[in-house]
Amino acid sequence: MGEAEWLWAVATCVKALLIPTYRSTDFEVHRHWCALTSALPLARWYSDASAPCCPLDYPPLFAYFQRILALPATALGGHPSDLLRLSPSSPSSAPLPVLIYLRVSVAVTDLVFLLAAARLAHRRLPPASRRLVLVLLLWSPALLIVDHIHFQYNGYLLGILLLSLSFLEEGKDLAGGLAFAVLICSKHLFLVAAPLYFVYLLRHYCRGGSWEASRRFLTMGAAVGAVFAAAFGPFLYYGQMQQVLSRLFPFGRGLCHAYWAPNFWVFYILLDKVLSFVLLKLGFDIPAPKASFTGGLVGNFSQFAVLPQVTPLITFLLVIFAMSPCLIKAFQKPQPKHITRWVAYAFTCGFMFGWHVHEKASLHFTIPLALISVNNLDDARHYFLLSIVSCYSMFPLLFDPQEYPIKVLLLAIHSILMWIGFSSCFRVEVAPGGTKTNNSIASNGKQGFIGKFGTIYLLGLLGVELWGQLLHPYIFGSRLPFLPLMLISIYCAAGMMYSWVWQLRQILKCS
Amino acid sequence: MAQTRRTSGPPATAFVAAEVEEQPGAAPFPWSTMRLTPPTAAAVALFALLVRVLVSLGSYSGQGTPPTYGDYEAQRHWMEITLHTPAAEWYRNTTANDLAYWGLDYPPLTAYQSLAHALLINVSIPHSLALSSSRGFESHQSKLMMRWTVLSSDLLVFFPAAIYFVWVYFHRNVGGDGEERSAPWLLAMILLNPCLILVDHGHFQYNCISLGFTLGAIAAVLSQNDFAASALFSLAINHKQMSLYFAPAFFSHLLGKCLRRKNPIFEVMKLGLVVIGTFALVWWPYLYSIESVMEVLNRLAPFERGIFEDYVANFWCSTSVVIKWKRIFTIHSMKFLSLITTILAFLPSFVQQLKTPSDQGFLYSLLNNSFSFYLFSYQVHEKSILLPLLPASLLALQEPLLFGWLMHCALLSMYPLLRRDRLLLQHGAVLSLFGLIFFPPHGNHVTKADKLSTKEKALIALGLSCSIVLHLVYLCFQPPKKYPFLFEALIMFFCFSQFVAFTIYTNFKQWMLLDHSSWAVRVKKDL
Repeated sequence: MGEAEWLWAVATCVKALLIPTYRSTDFEVHRHWCALTSALPLARWYSDASAPCCPLDYPPLFAYFQRILALPATALGGHPSDLLRLSPSSPSSAPLPVLIYLRVSVAVTDLVFLLAAARLAHRRLPPASRRLVLVLLLWSPALLIVDHIHFQYNGYLLGILLLSLSFLEEGKDLAGGLAFAVLICSKHLFLVAAPLYFVYLLRHYCRGGSWEASRRFLTMGAAVGAVFAAAFGPFLYYGQMQQVLSRLFPFGRGLCHAYWAPNFWVFYILLDKVLSFVLLKLGFDIPAPKASFTGGLVGNFSQFAVLPQVTPLITFLLVIFAMSPCLIKAFQKPQPKHITRWVAYAFTCGFMFGWHVHEKASLHFTIPLALISVNNLDDARHYFLLSIVSCYSMFPLLFDPQEYPIKVLLLAIHSILMWIGFSSCFRVEVAPGGTKTNNSIASNGKQGFIGKFGTIYLLGLLGVELWGQLLHPYIFGSRLPFLPLMLISIYCAAGMMYSWVWQLRQILKCS
Repeated sequence: MAQTRRTSGPPATAFVAAEVEEQPGAAPFPWSTMRLTPPTAAAVALFALLVRVLVSLGSYSGQGTPPTYGDYEAQRHWMEITLHTPAAEWYRNTTANDLAYWGLDYPPLTAYQSLAHALLINVSIPHSLALSSSRGFESHQSKLMMRWTVLSSDLLVFFPAAIYFVWVYFHRNVGGDGEERSAPWLLAMILLNPCLILVDHGHFQYNCISLGFTLGAIAAVLSQNDFAASALFSLAINHKQMSLYFAPAFFSHLLGKCLRRKNPIFEVMKLGLVVIGTFALVWWPYLYSIESVMEVLNRLAPFERGIFEDYVANFWCSTSVVIKWKRIFTIHSMKFLSLITTILAFLPSFVQQLKTPSDQGFLYSLLNNSFSFYLFSYQVHEKSILLPLLPASLLALQEPLLFGWLMHCALLSMYPLLRRDRLLLQHGAVLSLFGLIFFPPHGNHVTKADKLSTKEKALIALGLSCSIVLHLVYLCFQPPKKYPFLFEALIMFFCFSQFVAFTIYTNFKQWMLLDHSSWAVRVKKDL
């Protein structure tokens, strides 16, 4: 048994123990999709409105995946099978066989992730950092929280993303493009990186003379087109495309989720609040917005009292604008060695400025960034902070006291392992001349591994958590229940903002 | 030359270990390093804690089974009693305290621990501990609170003791010289004991406290801190009387050491005073009259419950298929018989430690003593296997393969219990986890399989397939109506045979220990 398999097996044991934990409504949503796709004809998958809680809003490849999952349903007992019950109910009342089956299906599809991680680690990395990267990927606490407690299927999707990246890094552009096409036909949230993929493949794959270039362009187009045809073709045939698209892009949802994802818009909302408060005090007449963000209500429109309203189009343009430096770099000099960084940056832009972003989307860039975290000390330092912030921002997903020690321990173990790994990777290296190399911790003075600001920031994170758990209930009781959540959002948003700026600077500097 | 080598022994080996580590490609993760640094120890401990938290999500003994419930209800009931009645009445049948319903049958320290936990729980959910009206109280929140009391006890007692032991083990070089030393692995073997985790955090008990005190006492003995050892071991006995399984080992080792000092009688008296003092402190509320002491003592020795319970893989239960002990002998003569056999069983190990007390010999004698009690003493139940498992896990670096096999057999012997408690998922996961950590990637030097001969491999394969068959048969088949407990009996026979073979081997091993590691020689060397 190799190290990757061993790490995966240990993680699988933990996943098995996580089976009885809390699961969110996403569990019931996925179960309902199994029922929906097996009970209804394909033409009605995206038009069925019988269950308002959980309409199918993932692209067709994922729907097919759910259909396949439903196949052994009859073996799970019940009549009609418990798995294929069309009426959704509370996720906590799921019968045990169904619970175990769906939980195990997540753990088994994680094999794709293992495959991708092992492939990347073994082809690319020296043994010294391989072990660390495998730990970061296979024991990612955020992934455990989202997939194996909260319940989603990010493991295998991120596995496809990693596969695509590993193909691109090896120069196998066609395979990389194909994998990415499969990925966005499975979960369209990954679409954010499509502009980058387009520019990169156009410049890196479609090179050579004009004839050769156009031949390659057509090959890539045909391959990606085939994936899309396989996914969307049947729905086109039944005249369902309009319906599918309206499900995939529900812009009526509002700028922010009930719990604000820690991104740029947190500051925007906050500024609006502060301004309206100040202006009110100064005697201006400010109309109160119809839907308040702090109440957790998500209306059709996001209401700001002072600042200009934000529309989906604005967020789209902002994302593209934020991404443009890396698009330009990719256009000028497409290099396989930078692709991981670029893709991660593209996802970061989508996370920071996108419309209705979930906190879970930070996985899309923390997982790929793990691959390059061992490149040098600066990357390691940035990753250490980012991965803690990203995992911590997912804490509000699990609110029951039963899961509290689990999430804290997962994050603590992850932090310690990162600490051990990074500090041994960048141990004091004394060059033959007696001068220390730049890549060592000691050369950065006495600040230690994370540096002064990093340490202060992480201590602040601890403070935010202590406030939310102890001081807030002590001082306010059950009043202002949104305040601790807001604090987490704002504090993590600051960390995310730093990470975005840092990545941008790194891209401008390196490539 | 020889002299200088000997004095620089431990630092030299430490240096070698460090060098092994320095090779490129070795990030010192707990599974790939030899040394125990604070971050490594923290990682192992936190992971062990995580596994405990995850197991505690499962069901507990007697969940939702009125009217008697199980050990969970017993512990909850003790909290209720200790919270609402004065200490003098805890062991007495009164209107408030019906001893027939889960009467307290552990020594006073368990009662104090119940009281401390009761005070904590009483803050948030007092109705779960209301006097008599709370019998059989079960709720999600109270389960969580009860689980957290076990988790915190484990973290406060067993974890520090384990880290202290591993530190002493390598600092004092108990395992002897040699490059095959992996401190994080040993710590993981002690902390990730699947049997202990499943019984404490699944089934629901507080073995972590008494075993933690015992472990602390063992570490104190190894670091020559005999007073602390005596006090800690007295606390262990006062938490669960089953800790007496280890008493002959402590007694013989400490006595053996005292006899080699200048004033043996004075030394023995000092230790005796520490023990008596600790006992007096714990028993203080009952020391006002002989009667009240006797009252407690009677509760602690429930002879009327018979020589064994359920299907336990010890001598009396296994042989009772052929010889009906319970029918032939009265309770009184049975008591006497089991006492004699137990003493005979631990005598060899006792004599060896009295003659030549040594660190390694002490660990072996702890194992042999507790096994002889498990196999022959009165009123043993299947959870008592935890006691021999503790010293066995301490010897994991000496006898890695045998330890792994013993752990597996012990878990098998508790399989029917865990199935009754509906903990099979947790059982499977924790067993696999133990196996994975037992065989880390790239092979720990200790557990490399290629050192084995074909004969040994065949033996292991045979045992393993037997056990897999037993697991599957017990899970999938209905026993014949004529023998409803056939499968339990089969599991019991299998485990009993393994335990007996194991005890004979370790007794032999203890006697064969080389003299150079003995304590007496070390003292001379120091002089």
